[in-house]
Parts: sequence; structure tokens; C-alpha cells
Amino acid sequence: MIYPIKSYHKTFIILAISLVLIFILNISLGSVFIPFKQIILALLNENTNNEAWKTIILNFRLPKAITAILVGSGLSISGLLMQTLFRNPLAGPFVLGISSGASLGVAILILGASFIGINITAFAYTNWGLAIAASLGAFLVLSAVLLAAIKVRNTMSILIIGLMFGSLTAAVISVLAYFSSASQLQQYLFWSFGSLGNLTWHEIITFLVIFLIGLLLVVFIIKPLNSLLLGENYAKSMGVNIKLTRNTTLISTSLLTGVITAFSGPIAFIGLAVPHLTKLLFKTSNHKTLIPAVAISGAIIMLICDSIAQLPNSEYTLPINAITSLFGAPIIIWLLIRKRKIY
Amino acid sequence: MVINTKKKNLLALKNNQKHIVKTTDLSIGYASKKSSKIIASNLNIELDKSNLVCLLGENGIGKSTLLRTLTKVQPALNGSIFINTINLNEITNHNLSKQLSVVLTEKLPESSLSVFELVALGRQPYTNWVGQLNTKDIEIIENALEQTNTKHLMHAKYYQLSDGQLQKVLIARSLAQNTNIIILDEPTAHLDIHHTIETFTLLKKLAANFGKTIIISTHEINLALQLSDELWLMTPQEFITGKTNDLIENNQLNKLFTSDLIHFNKKLKQFTILNS
Repeated sequence: MIYPIKSYHKTFIILAISLVLIFILNISLGSVFIPFKQIILALLNENTNNEAWKTIILNFRLPKAITAILVGSGLSISGLLMQTLFRNPLAGPFVLGISSGASLGVAILILGASFIGINITAFAYTNWGLAIAASLGAFLVLSAVLLAAIKVRNTMSILIIGLMFGSLTAAVISVLAYFSSASQLQQYLFWSFGSLGNLTWHEIITFLVIFLIGLLLVVFIIKPLNSLLLGENYAKSMGVNIKLTRNTTLISTSLLTGVITAFSGPIAFIGLAVPHLTKLLFKTSNHKTLIPAVAISGAIIMLICDSIAQLPNSEYTLPINAITSLFGAPIIIWLLIRKRKIY
Repeated sequence: MVINTKKKNLLALKNNQKHIVKTTDLSIGYASKKSSKIIASNLNIELDKSNLVCLLGENGIGKSTLLRTLTKVQPALNGSIFINTINLNEITNHNLSKQLSVVLTEKLPESSLSVFELVALGRQPYTNWVGQLNTKDIEIIENALEQTNTKHLMHAKYYQLSDGQLQKVLIARSLAQNTNIIILDEPTAHLDIHHTIETFTLLKKLAANFGKTIIISTHEINLALQLSDELWLMTPQEFITGKTNDLIENNQLNKLFTSDLIHFNKKLKQFTILNS
């Protein structure tokens, strides 16, 4: 008798190899041309022909590529968790207003400082200030959406409530923007474009630690998430603690989305699109397979988006948010038009 | 004093011993902070194991509410429920999931679960923290698929199944959960007569041959009368339980519907339309 649960070793190996290749490709691309051999030498911490190349690789391109991997996999996992928890294929950190919450937190910090007349600019200009504000904002809005979700059973309504929270925060941000100075506005705008660069190794380590805490929580809800595929009542009848599962999902999602939005800005569509692409590829709903699968796929797609954003051999870098939307929106439209079942 | 209460507990245990499901003066309904709405009260049930029970009653009389209360989905307003002689309030959800499984009417959320995976979810109360299946689990799952005659569907996605097939797969899932009690809410609501009869005979077989205690709510009165061991009748006036044949003999079924249009014909063992 054949063991009736498919194993996905082959697909995972192919994905892992692609990830490594795209990682190296991403590091090779940039405004300065560096020979491939020198890149490998720099990555191995050997001496390169040109000291500047080593600095570029180790202090700029490598941190950026690592950030891309964290952002891509974290947002994709968050999207998957939301889709299972809300039992809705359109759920995702962006649609449910979580990213808007993070934006609101940052907007209040950057734009609101002058509005309430307190000078916290020195603090606000550090990445730390942004990180804390974004995480708080994300957590706040997700909690509000979740409170609504407990009251309202209809998942469509929950989605609309999420969208409403999104518009609400957008409106508050507009008001704040109206009263703020040009330089503050510019700073906020640049943050909202999203950026994978500019992170120091210190910041990346903090990013990684919070990311790993979020990820650790996810590991513990794999089993209850699978039972939630049959709906809450069945899950309960199989002994699942719904409240604990929901809260763990809430906390891990806001940790992941919060820290990502804090360090890289609100990045659209990855959280929504990658889980669907992965589900098409793997044709399974089992979270034990899907969670590592979306993590790797998310990292690959984020690295591709970042490579495109750098406009190879030019000095310009496009906003990463524009690239992910350009890539994500057509995929969702294509999925819907082809009337593929999306889960 | 201490010994006394112990004796009392033992006595209570003895009294409950045979009954796998027992309720005393149970009231069911919905309670909110401001008011509570009682749907039915004074429900007394004493059910022995290895029985097929059909819960009959008009639409909206509270059949689903009763089943939801028995499965701890919603709290009882009053009275107590004992599952295997233990008060339902004292059984954790996890322990309950090893004694009682359910088949619900609600539509499953969309997913690409395969039939095997869906049935395998029934093993969740027994598997480790990541839900790893061992050889014993797989054996039990295969058994459940065989008993419900769905083994050939194992690799199919559940959304490819017909309603009749899906119902059997959902029953297989509850069999995989390996519980003494299975509660089904209108399991044949969307099925044609062939699949309805198939489902009923399957449930009868599980009760008679495998010692399962099966409680179903249904509107298939004729089948219920032919196949059930016991009936629970929910009428606007009272809650009647008893052996199916006794209830037929005692003309209790006539109390089921308030309408003057139908009448229970004892000889034919079915409801017939009255000519006025």
C-alpha cells in the first residue's frame, strides 16, 4: 500500500536550489558591476581585488538580500495564516488593514509629532522608533479586526471591516499629512514606498530575532490550523483550543507583519499572492507542507522583485512596493479570470 | 463526612453506570447578559450504549440546539449532562474529543484537502504536537475508509465528491476519531433516497456491530421508524424518549406534529394525510 500522503521532497529541493541561485543573482546585481568570482570571494570573507567591492557586498547587498528573504517569507506566512484563520482566500496582512495599522503608527510618529506639538523627532528618525510605532499600530488594528471577527461570523463582512479600517487609517494619515511640513511628509512618503536596504547588521539581528519568535509561535499552531480547515466547530470537536489558536495566530502575525513593516515599510500583495501561487504549485492544504513552502516561495519572489527594482546596471532603484504590486495584482486578476478555485 | 460524600458519589456512579448519555432536567436555549431564551426544558435522557437513536421533531423545535448542547458547543441553561457517567462540564474538550465525535450539516470551508487527509484529521486527538500519523493511525484511518466504503476515493480532493460520498467521508472521519458516541445533525438532508438509505444502514451497522452509540437528528421519519433502536421525540408539549416499538405501540408519534393534516397510522407505521 502506498503511503497516501504525498511527499514533496523533489519540489522542496528545486525550490531550495532556486532560492540559492536567485540569492546569488540578487547579490551580483547592482549599480556597480562586480565580477562574479569577486562576489563569491567577498561572501566567503576572503580578500577581493578591490576593498570597496567587499564593503558593497558585505554591508549593502548582503543585508539587503537577507532583508528580502525575511520580508518575503514573513509576509507570505502571515498571509497564509490569515487565509486559514478567516477561512477566506482574500485575507492577507494588507487587505485586513494590518499594514495600514503599521502605517498609521509610523504616520503618527513622523507626521503627528508636530501636530501634537511634541518634539520627538530625534527618536522618530531612528529605525527603532519606526519599528515600535509600526508594530503597535499593526497589533492595534489586527486586534480591532479580530474583535469584530468574534462578533461578526460572516467572513465577507470581516473582510469589508478590514478594508474599512484601512480607509479609516488612510483618512487619519491624510489629515496628519495636511498639517505636517514638507520634509516630514517626504520622510513618511519614502517610508511608505517600502525599502529593503538601509538596514545595518544590528538592525537585521533585531529583525531576525523578532522574526524567529513569530516563526516559533507558528510552528506550534500547525496542527490546530489543519483542523481549522474543517471549520471552527469541527476543530472544537477534535479538542482544539480555538481561543488559544486564534490568539497565537494573531500574535505571530502581528509580530511578523509588524516587524517587517517597521523595517521595510508597507509591502503590498506578497502576503496575498504568494500563498495562492504556492497552493497552486503544491496542491495541498496541509500546513506542515505549506508553511515551509510559502516561506521559501515568498523569499524567492521577494528576491526577484528586489532584483527588478534595482534596474540592473543603472543608478536608480524603484520603490519595492511598486514592483510587488505590479507583480501581485495581475496574478490575483489572472487567478480570478481563469476561475481557478483559489483557497 | 468525607466518607459519606464518597459513598454518595459511588452511589451516584452506580446509578449512572449503564447510561452512556444521561441528562437530568436539562434546559436548552440561548443565554445572553440581558435575557435567556429557553427553547426546551425538562429533558431527561437515559441512553445505553450500542443504540441508534433518531431525534425527531418539527423544524425550529430545537433539535440542533439539543445536539449542540450535548456536544458542548453551547452551554446548558439548566440541569446536567453526563457522558460516560461524568458531568460534561468536568470533561475537557480534549478528553471529550476521545469520547464523542460529530458530523455537522455546515458547509466545509474551501480547501484542497484530500479524502485521506480529511479522514486523517479525525486522529488529531491522538497524534503528537505536529499531528504526525504513525502506522496505527494509518491502520485506523484505512479501517474507517473501508467501513464507509470510501477507500477508492482516498486520493480524491473532497470538493470533487458528490454530497452522498462526502457524507460517508465525514462519517469516516468521525470513525477515525474512534469515539464511542457519534452525533450527526441531519446527515441525510441533501441526499437522494438511495444515499439516504445507504447512510442509515451504515449507521445502523455501526451501532449494532461495532458498539457505537449514534444519535442523529432527522426528518426521515419512515426510515427512523424502521431502523432506529430508540426515538427521542421533541414536541411542543413534552420530550418523549423510548424504544421505537414501544412509542409506536403507545401512539406517542401522533404528538410529533401539531398539524391536523397528518396522522400517524400505527398499522402502516407511517404518517398519512387525513381526509377531512
